[in-house]
Amino acid sequence: MARGVTISRKSVNTIAAGVLGLLMFFPVLWIVILSFKTEGDAIKAPLEILFGTGWTTESYGTVQARSDYFKHFSNSLIISLGSTFLGLLIAVPAAWSMAFVPAKRTKDVLMWMLSTKMLPPVGVLVPIYLIFRDLGILDTRSGLVIVLMLINLPIIIWMLYTYFREIPGEILEAARMDGATLREEVVHVLIPMAIPGMASTVLLNIILAWNEAFWTLNLTAAKAAPLTAFIASYSSPEGLFYAKLSAASVMAIAPILMMGWFSQKQLVRGLTFGAVK
Amino acid sequence: MGHIQLKGVKKNFGDVTVIPTLDLEIEDGKFVVFVGPSGCGKSTLLRLIAGLEDVTEGVVEIDGQDATGLPPAKRRLAMVFQSYALYPHMSVRKNIAFPMKMARIPQEEQEQRITEAARVLNLTDYLDRRPGQLSGGQRQRVAIGRAIVREPAAFLFDEPLSNLDAALRVGMRLEISELHKRLATTMIYVTHDQVEAMTMADKIVVLNAGVIEQVGSPLELYREPRNLFVAGFIGSPRMNLLEGSVAEKYDAHIVGIRPEHIEVSAASGDWTGTVGVSEHLGSDTFFRVNVEGFAEPVTVRADGDVDLHYGDTIHLTPDPHQLHRFDRDSARLA
Repeated sequence: MARGVTISRKSVNTIAAGVLGLLMFFPVLWIVILSFKTEGDAIKAPLEILFGTGWTTESYGTVQARSDYFKHFSNSLIISLGSTFLGLLIAVPAAWSMAFVPAKRTKDVLMWMLSTKMLPPVGVLVPIYLIFRDLGILDTRSGLVIVLMLINLPIIIWMLYTYFREIPGEILEAARMDGATLREEVVHVLIPMAIPGMASTVLLNIILAWNEAFWTLNLTAAKAAPLTAFIASYSSPEGLFYAKLSAASVMAIAPILMMGWFSQKQLVRGLTFGAVK
Repeated sequence: MGHIQLKGVKKNFGDVTVIPTLDLEIEDGKFVVFVGPSGCGKSTLLRLIAGLEDVTEGVVEIDGQDATGLPPAKRRLAMVFQSYALYPHMSVRKNIAFPMKMARIPQEEQEQRITEAARVLNLTDYLDRRPGQLSGGQRQRVAIGRAIVREPAAFLFDEPLSNLDAALRVGMRLEISELHKRLATTMIYVTHDQVEAMTMADKIVVLNAGVIEQVGSPLELYREPRNLFVAGFIGSPRMNLLEGSVAEKYDAHIVGIRPEHIEVSAASGDWTGTVGVSEHLGSDTFFRVNVEGFAEPVTVRADGDVDLHYGDTIHLTPDPHQLHRFDRDSARLA
């Protein structure tokens, strides 16, 4: 035994990890449970909810009837895919130039980009709201695509920059010697080699954009409202509707949760890319 | 055609000058080797010719045309990199086809050239493999294949054999030399290994700190090194360089004598010393001899079957006609 890991030590670790995992997953699990209860049952004591009440799908029916789920779903889809795609269009050239033709201040530029993520969004809410109002893009999907692209751009650039840095410069030089133009070099050599990294960048950004709640709630009313607004509409001043809120939440997070589940291998691979050679 | 001329070429990286102003002519069809220690600027010089780096001053001419401002793709040069720089996501076939695809060469002709290159380089059975499934030597052949199919004006090799093991290196050395004979295309080859330079080159350019120390055929450099640097760099084992009273005897600051130009005798000679470490190569044996009054041991070549042992006293006599004399500025004295 290389590190002297005993069986008992191992089982303690396993149990600890299991408990921690359950703790992290519990809120999600609780939402799922509540979503299958009636409003009356959902406000009872936890143990009573679990063992003393029946199960029903009525909340799902009410939620779908009261607010159009598919409209919100398609808004979320367009906004998250659109902002990620637009972000890539800008981030690929930006990351390319910083990774392969760095200047003296490239590191500073990268830090500056990251620093914009440290700014509390509410600090720029008013100016951005006013700009959106004047441009007439309040409550439009294109407006949200732009704002979500902008807030996630630093992350996309940072991730791509890291992946691009892993690609040996000589290979790109070889492409240049082989007669490739800059566009051909990027399309035929750089992007195919960076696919694992780019895939995880895309996945992560879709998830971030899908779950983004600050801007999507503040810049939309009815037309462009995505699933985050759909959930929020169930926590109203008139009172909380736990069961319906939970049903709405489950419906909103289910697609992204499934996407995350199926792509987790890719995601983990991409996020640890280059860590082990 | 592949006549390359550098006129007043200078390269700075920021405030650091890596290549002070330099002129060099590379005739069409020649095998020219840039050799020098690490960091001497030989790779930079190659990259300036390739167009992968921009010259700070001066002109690069290829076949009489000013290529200074041309991008690498337009210079009609092909390069083989030390790391092979193959495209890992493409098969061998696609790797070799890549430059032709970029040049929009018709599919049929591409196939023809790939088949021919694969035949010449013994890659026919590996065309559908990925670079990751090949050995180092095979990868290097693919890189050469990718260069050949472009039918370039000149080939540029940047230390192409340094990642290979010793046995393979000798084999590839011969293959590249043969390729040069067959194609008769200009080749510029960068190496820090003077054995590669000596065995392959028509013309060697010895570089040191960005400055050309000497240009000439391998034997010219060997027989008449223009200065101390070339004398010490070319030849293996290196030339014995002796200072002090020995040199003064020959009216020089430093004298150089190659190991094979010293006669060994048990009975008598100019210098007397004791045998130190010896290296038996079979055909030859190299002895390190600690000569009385010399600061450093002298390396001597003898036949493989000479029976000398550690601690034996022997006598050495340098061949006066093969003595190289250098002055205080390390330049060769006539």
